[in-house]
Amino acid sequence: MATRVTLSPAAFLLGVHLLAACGGGSQKTVAGDGSSTVFLISEAVAEEFRKVDSSVRVTVGVSGTGGGFKKFCSGETDFQDASRPIKPSEVELCEKNGVKWVELPIAFDGIAVVVHPENTFVDSLTREELKTMWQPEAQQTIKRWSQIRAGWPDTEFKLYGAGVDSGTYDYWTEAIVGKEHSSRGDYTSSEDDNALVRGVAADKNGLAFFGFAYYDENKERLKVVPVDGGRGAGPVIPTLETIGNGSYFPLSRPLFIYFSVKSLERPEVKAFVEFYLQKAAELAREVGYIPLPAEAYPLAKARVDNRKTGSLFQGKGSQIGVSIKDLLAKEQAN
Amino acid sequence: MTATTPDTLSTSAGPDGDSPLHAPVDLKIPRSLKERLIERLFGAFAMVSILTAAGIVIVLFGESILFFQQVSFGQFFGDTQWTPLFAEPHFGIWPLLSGTLLTTLIAISVALPLGLFAAIYLSEFASPRVRKIAKPALELLAGIPTVVYGYFALSFVTPAIQSFIPGISGANALAAGLVMGLMITPIIASLSEDAIYAVPRSLREGASALGGTKVRTIFRVVLPAAASGITASVILGLSRAIGETMIVAIAAGMEPNLTLDPREPVQTMTAFIVQVSLGDTPAGSLGFQTIFAVGLMLFLTTLVFNVISFRLRSRLNRGGHA
Amino acid sequence: MTTPTSRGSGHRSTLLILPSGQVGEKSLKLIGMLAIILPLALLAVLIGTTFIQGAERLSGDFLTDLPSRRAASAGIGPALAGTGMLMVLTAAIALPLGIGAALWLEEYARPSRFTRFVELIISTLAGVPSIVYALLALEVFVRTFGMGRSILAGAATLALLVLPMIIMASREALRTVPLGLREASYGLGGDRWITLRTIVLPLALPGVLTGVILALARAIGETAPLITIGALTYVAFVPDSLSSAFTALPIQIFNWVSRPSADFHVTAAAAIIVLLTVMLAMNGLAIWLRSRLQTRIEG
Repeated sequence: MATRVTLSPAAFLLGVHLLAACGGGSQKTVAGDGSSTVFLISEAVAEEFRKVDSSVRVTVGVSGTGGGFKKFCSGETDFQDASRPIKPSEVELCEKNGVKWVELPIAFDGIAVVVHPENTFVDSLTREELKTMWQPEAQQTIKRWSQIRAGWPDTEFKLYGAGVDSGTYDYWTEAIVGKEHSSRGDYTSSEDDNALVRGVAADKNGLAFFGFAYYDENKERLKVVPVDGGRGAGPVIPTLETIGNGSYFPLSRPLFIYFSVKSLERPEVKAFVEFYLQKAAELAREVGYIPLPAEAYPLAKARVDNRKTGSLFQGKGSQIGVSIKDLLAKEQAN
Repeated sequence: MTATTPDTLSTSAGPDGDSPLHAPVDLKIPRSLKERLIERLFGAFAMVSILTAAGIVIVLFGESILFFQQVSFGQFFGDTQWTPLFAEPHFGIWPLLSGTLLTTLIAISVALPLGLFAAIYLSEFASPRVRKIAKPALELLAGIPTVVYGYFALSFVTPAIQSFIPGISGANALAAGLVMGLMITPIIASLSEDAIYAVPRSLREGASALGGTKVRTIFRVVLPAAASGITASVILGLSRAIGETMIVAIAAGMEPNLTLDPREPVQTMTAFIVQVSLGDTPAGSLGFQTIFAVGLMLFLTTLVFNVISFRLRSRLNRGGHA
Repeated sequence: MTTPTSRGSGHRSTLLILPSGQVGEKSLKLIGMLAIILPLALLAVLIGTTFIQGAERLSGDFLTDLPSRRAASAGIGPALAGTGMLMVLTAAIALPLGIGAALWLEEYARPSRFTRFVELIISTLAGVPSIVYALLALEVFVRTFGMGRSILAGAATLALLVLPMIIMASREALRTVPLGLREASYGLGGDRWITLRTIVLPLALPGVLTGVILALARAIGETAPLITIGALTYVAFVPDSLSSAFTALPIQIFNWVSRPSADFHVTAAAAIIVLLTVMLAMNGLAIWLRSRLQTRIEG
């Protein structure tokens, strides 16, 4: 008899094996998503956590703060990376789906304004000038450097910035345009800050905004622009110091992670969040952000232990000009 | 229990005519319940393809209808700005269309000369041994994963262009288009070669007899005769370029830009869909429906091109020439 | 066949002035050869440069290491595992569906308007861009069926993508089996299924497998559908169940290419070398199978 088609036993065995493993519940997973800014910290923490306990699988996505919150408030993820506080609509969504959350500030960040290293004329930018460049009315009308400041060349600039799902975008629009989520639309937008770095580093006429850590990591190929926040202090360069003490105004902001109360019931999630708070200062610094003062982390841990829900910012979303001191004060008061 | 109704066996003929192995035959073979069940099972498997096609149509049209209930045709086809996700959204499809068009045109302007001359060489000059090596070798170009091509475009082609055109943006339509052209060259070459090869010897010999040189014969007689096949190959190449995603997502930029300047960054229809998927917009929102509306445009465009190409090629197969 | 040399007499076209005679022919031949050599040379240069860039990162560790924020220690372990599992799953779904459909079209169904319609649908599906499949999968698998961003959803999407190819290759393979063998079997009293199972399929198998391997080699490089249905960015484990999150080689490459740092580009180059090597191996396997098929039928 000629050879039978013997695919079936092999396929059957494969199927049985896969289905047996399909249980999935036996595997300990911690799933997170959200901001690409905070991702750098969460990725580092996840990597280090694996060395401590390799039986737990941590996955981290980069859908942007907005995209991440949608998943978080639908119960799809255990933790949320956020580069701005939770918004009213998200508070509502979480409530609607019965998701209770604990808000944990973990680091401080600045948004860097960056141009190509060979750009010689942009030596600073005021808040007003940035607003002119980025407000909705600028779409299709403001296209040239000369329209921003007299004496600048009459060439067209190319803008790169965070996409609409990004917390960085929300904060930027609030701080620069004055209205959250309101900006021109004709620029290269991406939730992935890496794409923005790439874009402006290769474009002599480029101007971009993204998280400070991404600038810090790619300093050699970028030129940072000092920003004059209009409070009389003149243009300020973002550094760990100026961001931390709030003088890099208005582009300094706290970074958060949110954990769902229900997920905290699982031992692996609890272990992960405790490890996170332990390591946040060190890893934030390594990655390029500003760690909070030492007192902040035990305060955060207390929030976890007590399952303290509610936002330090009353669920109103981004607030401009919060310094580390302010943040600490809020935490202690709460 | 076996049903005893015998069944007439006839084997199928393929779309390109009856194969001599499968001339219709009438045989009476026993047909049990088991037989009928197996036939139904395999038939069901074949229906999966129909389901897939139906699924594509339903999903694309379904979400697009939801989209067009909120965005009018006038906005979609009339507006020249594409900023659907922003606070003051614009839904004009033209920037995405121009992005796709620009990169596709650049690609075909590379692939057509390369592919056509390669085809001429393979069918008119090459020895069978050379043809046996060269044809599969060209197919290699089509087999490279597109993400790898994207890497090539970003890492090598873009810096090379930047040294020729200073001040050009890192992301631009030219780099992506050139690399796409490389990728679709085999399509042009292969199908054109088939078309040229199919031109009857009698035509060539007739031209020769009338005193034509080989070159004249090729350009005045053979190529015009193969025109429908060559056109079919170009259209298929265009279709492939229109549907390409990774090369443009990596190298052409993510800025919707209504322009035909190859030095500018653009965003194609395919790149937009990827961009939105990376950011994860939730189902039911207008942003989500947008990618299906764009997807529908993409699907219809490539479908039309594929059908035209197919029609041209079957004209060729039936022995006709342009 | 000698071509009479023309002295340029006779009518001239106003549209095209062609170099005539031997010079013209030689030039055309040269241009033709260049048209073939140039793209291939370009490809060789591109691949070679990538190889030179990435070779330093290649090592046994690279193949098993987890992705990392540090380019020097980032590896493709989970990506490679994900790709491997995807291929197995995709084959497990697409192979039975593809062979079954091919059998139905070739052996069971009587040619009719309906079967021609099915054939039309299949060849149309072959030309649909992969991102459209991604949209279909997003709506149907990820949301409606609730598979989420799992490796099963990824495999199902890829399976649909390569199904037309497998069906068409299987039909070709079935057609190479001589009709006489089938007739002999029926004459001996066998029914259709027994005939197919014991005689036709085994002979067609190398051709079918060749088609499957080539289809999988194509699927292995597909990035867009997997990104769209949402393969996660940081996955540091090997998927162990059908509903598990996953990453795959092309996604990892895309992720590393997207990073601005040159170190990650080197890592991306190394991953590309691995991907191309795997594809080369698969294509080689398919070619070997095809030659085995020739000897079998002839033998």
